[in-house]
Amino acid sequence: MDQLRMTIERFGGVNLLPVAVALVALVLIGAPSSWVTLTVAGLAMGMMIFLMASGLSLVFGLMDVLNFGHSAFVSFGAFVAASVLAWLGGWLGADSILLNVAALFAAFVAAILFGLAAGWFFETIIIKPVYHDHLRQILITMGALIVAEQIILAVWGGTPMTVPRPNFLEGSILIGDVAIEIYRAFAFILGLIVYIALYLTLNRTRIGLLIRAGVENREMVEALGFRIDRLFVAVFMVGSALAALGGAMWAGYETLITPALGGELMIVVFIVVIIGGLGSIEGTLLGAIMVGLVANYVGFLAPKLALASNMLLMMAILLWRPNGLRPAVK
Amino acid sequence: MTLLSLKSMQTNIGQYAVLHDVTLDVPEGGVFVLLGRNGAGKTTTLRSIMGLWEPSPGSVTFRGQDITAMHTADIARLGIAFVPENMGIFGGLTVEENLILATKNGTFDKDRLAHIWRLFPALETFWTKAAWSLSGGQKQMLSVARAIIEPRDLILIDEPTKGLAPSIIDAMAEAFREISETTTILLVEQNFEFARSLGRDMAVIDDGRIVHAGTMAEFAENKELQENLLSLSA
Repeated sequence: MDQLRMTIERFGGVNLLPVAVALVALVLIGAPSSWVTLTVAGLAMGMMIFLMASGLSLVFGLMDVLNFGHSAFVSFGAFVAASVLAWLGGWLGADSILLNVAALFAAFVAAILFGLAAGWFFETIIIKPVYHDHLRQILITMGALIVAEQIILAVWGGTPMTVPRPNFLEGSILIGDVAIEIYRAFAFILGLIVYIALYLTLNRTRIGLLIRAGVENREMVEALGFRIDRLFVAVFMVGSALAALGGAMWAGYETLITPALGGELMIVVFIVVIIGGLGSIEGTLLGAIMVGLVANYVGFLAPKLALASNMLLMMAILLWRPNGLRPAVK
Repeated sequence: MTLLSLKSMQTNIGQYAVLHDVTLDVPEGGVFVLLGRNGAGKTTTLRSIMGLWEPSPGSVTFRGQDITAMHTADIARLGIAFVPENMGIFGGLTVEENLILATKNGTFDKDRLAHIWRLFPALETFWTKAAWSLSGGQKQMLSVARAIIEPRDLILIDEPTKGLAPSIIDAMAEAFREISETTTILLVEQNFEFARSLGRDMAVIDDGRIVHAGTMAEFAENKELQENLLSLSA
């Protein structure tokens, strides 16, 4: 048994889990073309959830802050991006790819800037007074989520908002009898780029070193002469901006959004953070991909179980690894 | 010359008063030992100096500057290093990363690094290994090395011999002796033999109060006092 475990560890350990799930799904689904389509959809969904969840994981790991209002940034990101895309509708429909890209870029930049500003405001006004008090953190951040939803209702109204997509992201690529939606492939690539950027920042820079150390032992980082509270504001802002970017991507994916978007995604985001292991970017990516794949496979194989699939996945993983798949070392 | 001065320091943790009245002067140079039984308030004293728990009322003065209400990071930047009882190493970081984090600008002074490698050869051997994979003694070496990777005026060390093998304790004593030639050490310790071999001046804390202060040589000779204050015989 020990030898089997060591062999699995040598070949990637828990990182192999999505591969194992995908192989089992291939056997159960049978048709390779359906399997490829579902796998791409699962990876794309996983990457978008990763964008939303990565900041939350770092925030919890670094400062032990439970932020149930995190999904408000997802909602705001979605609505800000949708508004910019609607405003630049002419560019989106143009034949010029350059104008298409410019419109999408403007929408993403607007969502990110809004996320940064909202993150700074949220951390300074709402989170800071309740450091070290989990009960108050839960109450005040859930309250903030409700307020955020009401602000969205007041600004954008209660009618579901249609999100236009740029022309170049519409349609599918056909490879044999396999259809891969371009938007999903784009979401996957964008998520991968963000992950690589985060990975390099955390592992190749001094700021990243401080964040990793702070996640493990905040007190000791301060005793070495660093103001972790200031670092935390920066991490919180970046996390909020990533959530807003995830929301913007999700808006384009769903193409119809409502003010309840953040509240609906909050549970999935928390499941991903818990499955992955708190404070770990690698764990968050792994958890997000697992959730994306399982949701798509189960939705195809047993649609009635689709809603419960994330919860069942979380239960199974926590029974196996109570601290998540790849928690930060504490 | 007094380097660190504690005046009527009182520290509460939650609703419990742990330090009642700690008044202590730590002179510059050498090793100053703070002895005491379990739960006497030794660790709380060090943590209060570092600003990890704020004493109220009371004051902490370092080189004449009141640091009582300063942030821990600002206290550290004054030249005070802390080696906590649990060693406080970052297990997910390599030995190199643990040390580079403690440098001022992210680069090593080659001479200091060579000095550390000479004091603790194991750190060079395991330079690229994750710190969690080190043995208890090696982790303690890393924790001390982190405190001296930059020049410091004062190092607070909390029970460094706890759980270590005798051979490692001897190596640690040798290292502290060498470090204390250039840096003042405030050492909290329960291992009296270890403390006696290093300390020049000392104090005993009991129930959150300093109950004795003097030289280590005098205290080491007074068996009755040791028995009364520490419930141990040398």
